Amino acid sequence: MSTLPVALVGGRRRRASRRRRMLALLGLLVALAFAASLMIGHTLYGPVDVIRVIVGQDVPGASFTVGDLRLPRAALGLLAGVAFGMGGVTFQTMLRNPLAAPDVIGISSGASAAGVFGIVVLGLSGPAVSLVAVVAALGVALLIYVLAWRDGVVGSRLVLIGIGVAAMLDSVVSWVLVRASQWDLQAAMRWLTGSLNAASWELVVPLLVVLLFAVPVLLAQARPLELLQLGDDAAAALGVRVERTRLIVIVSAVLLIACATAAAGPIAFVAFLSGPIAARSVGPGTSLLVPAGLVGALVVLSADQLGQWALGTRYPVGVITGALGAPFLVYLLARTHRSGGSL
Amino acid sequence: MSLAQQLGRPAAVGATRRRPVGRTTVLLVALAALGGAAVLSVAIGVRTVGWHDIAAGVAGHPDSVGAAAVAKRLPRTVLAVIVGGALGLAGAVMQGVTRNPLADPALLGVTSGSALAVVCGIAFFGLTAPSSYLVVAILGAALAAAVVYAIGSLGRGGHTPLKLALAGAACTAAFSSLVSAVLLPRIDVMNQFRFWQIGGVGGADWDRIAMVAPLLTAALLVGLSSARGLDALALGDDAAAALGVRVGRTRVHAGLAAIVLCGSATAVAGPIGFVGLVVPHLCRLLVGSAHRWLLPLSVLVGALLLTLADVLGRVLTRPAELDVGIVTAVLGAPFFIALVRRTAGRAR
Repeated sequence: MSTLPVALVGGRRRRASRRRRMLALLGLLVALAFAASLMIGHTLYGPVDVIRVIVGQDVPGASFTVGDLRLPRAALGLLAGVAFGMGGVTFQTMLRNPLAAPDVIGISSGASAAGVFGIVVLGLSGPAVSLVAVVAALGVALLIYVLAWRDGVVGSRLVLIGIGVAAMLDSVVSWVLVRASQWDLQAAMRWLTGSLNAASWELVVPLLVVLLFAVPVLLAQARPLELLQLGDDAAAALGVRVERTRLIVIVSAVLLIACATAAAGPIAFVAFLSGPIAARSVGPGTSLLVPAGLVGALVVLSADQLGQWALGTRYPVGVITGALGAPFLVYLLARTHRSGGSL
Repeated sequence: MSLAQQLGRPAAVGATRRRPVGRTTVLLVALAALGGAAVLSVAIGVRTVGWHDIAAGVAGHPDSVGAAAVAKRLPRTVLAVIVGGALGLAGAVMQGVTRNPLADPALLGVTSGSALAVVCGIAFFGLTAPSSYLVVAILGAALAAAVVYAIGSLGRGGHTPLKLALAGAACTAAFSSLVSAVLLPRIDVMNQFRFWQIGGVGGADWDRIAMVAPLLTAALLVGLSSARGLDALALGDDAAAALGVRVGRTRVHAGLAAIVLCGSATAVAGPIGFVGLVVPHLCRLLVGSAHRWLLPLSVLVGALLLTLADVLGRVLTRPAELDVGIVTAVLGAPFFIALVRRTAGRAR
């Protein structure tokens, strides 16, 4: 360490401290957004009431509103945001392309199509829908990977094939929706845009279980995943077992995305945008998994608040993230293409 | 060999290669097949009808339920032919203009752009007349095409198939979430729109056809007349300029024709994907890449494909109907994937 030039060490320290500061700030913002979504609503409840409800005391009014309505909703937003953010940034890092997010390459579409099909055609509900969505998303990911395989997988080919698969699956979703009765339409729209309106503990608990399993696995693979960005050969030379790492990472990321989609629908652009936003805020040279998860949660929670209270109509969260995400997406495309680089 | 070169094989090479059948024969066969498909489309449907009903329905005095059903199939068939031809030609012209084998009005976000424009028109400007949808849809298509092309061309090396396809997919995602943002609070518009969104020719009537026909004919002529320019463009901009072709003007002419074609097709039939992608590739296999043959054949094969897809959609899920947009997506996506596997692998 002592032989390293002073400037290099200084730069490293500066980046590390910036990263710590930004992570702390993001964590604080997520906590604030979570607290706000518990307190703000038709009736405002103070922090004391909210805490009393959480620790299990009986508060008239607040016990129902906060405990049964707002808490599952906020928890679902938080968990789905983390899942989308981490799953999205995993794909973007692995494929070295910020546009290769699961919502662009068809994995969310796979979960959506299976979910809609399960609800409308097979009449499923509850955990069965999640299960079908997860199986379908894994199947679609496998399909895209196999189709893109020709003497190895090239990122760009995988993305293009994913776009084709997504187009096909989206048409399945619209077909099922046309068949749906008008009563199911609002519920089914959740599968097109993503919404937290149906939040309940039955949706939150399976998602939480999957997160507890998949997030540690992904974090353990953070370092090999970073090295994969150098290219397969270089990563292998540095001791990464390339195909094994890729398989573990893909399966965990798909699990995250599929379960979050099954619970909250494909909330537009969260998986896509969290990674680039996280990269801008914490700076280069580090794993983006944790910051992207935090950004995802922050985006979902705040967009949900915005959609519920800020505008005349109550919009589902996916419409807000979609409308806000579109201009950012164009900016990102322009920037990426100009620099020719990745995240 | 790059993608662009593979696609833009000079016309001379195509002309010297020996063909098992003459190109005129191919055109005639396609025309005959289209006629056959049109007959099928009139004769086959959810309701099984006899020859008598068909004759009565076509003659215009329906005296039974069957004949009335046949009479309803007539405008539908005509619309499928028109829309399919327009999309086929639009795809061929777009692939020529952008020198990109993956160009397709739906994949490049053009159709979702016109969908957004139509929805905004209905919701914010109170449009009700179908003729105003048409104008708005074409404007939206033009705007979306410009945006996608601009985004896809940024950066080093101009536009590549991957950049354009990604820009198209990303813009499609953006446009469709804007569409739902506009639609969600307005459930009446939503209910009306979801049938349009999926792409279908089922609601055809003669008024709509009469409305869109003049515009489509004009765009068709402009598109077909751009064949020589597109052949030159395939050699590269510099070579085309050296041959005396005005590169920019050719691009604008042909591009506008393609936009009007797919914008008005979208306005009358909703977004229908993959026809514009698949058809030119099939035609290139048959007649080579000289545009004076490719463009007319794309019109015929596009019309043939959409008519057949429509018939298929009626037969597959009897007694319900499968909208033609879904049939083309389910049939077209595997083709797209095969195309990507064949070409994009070697390029990078």
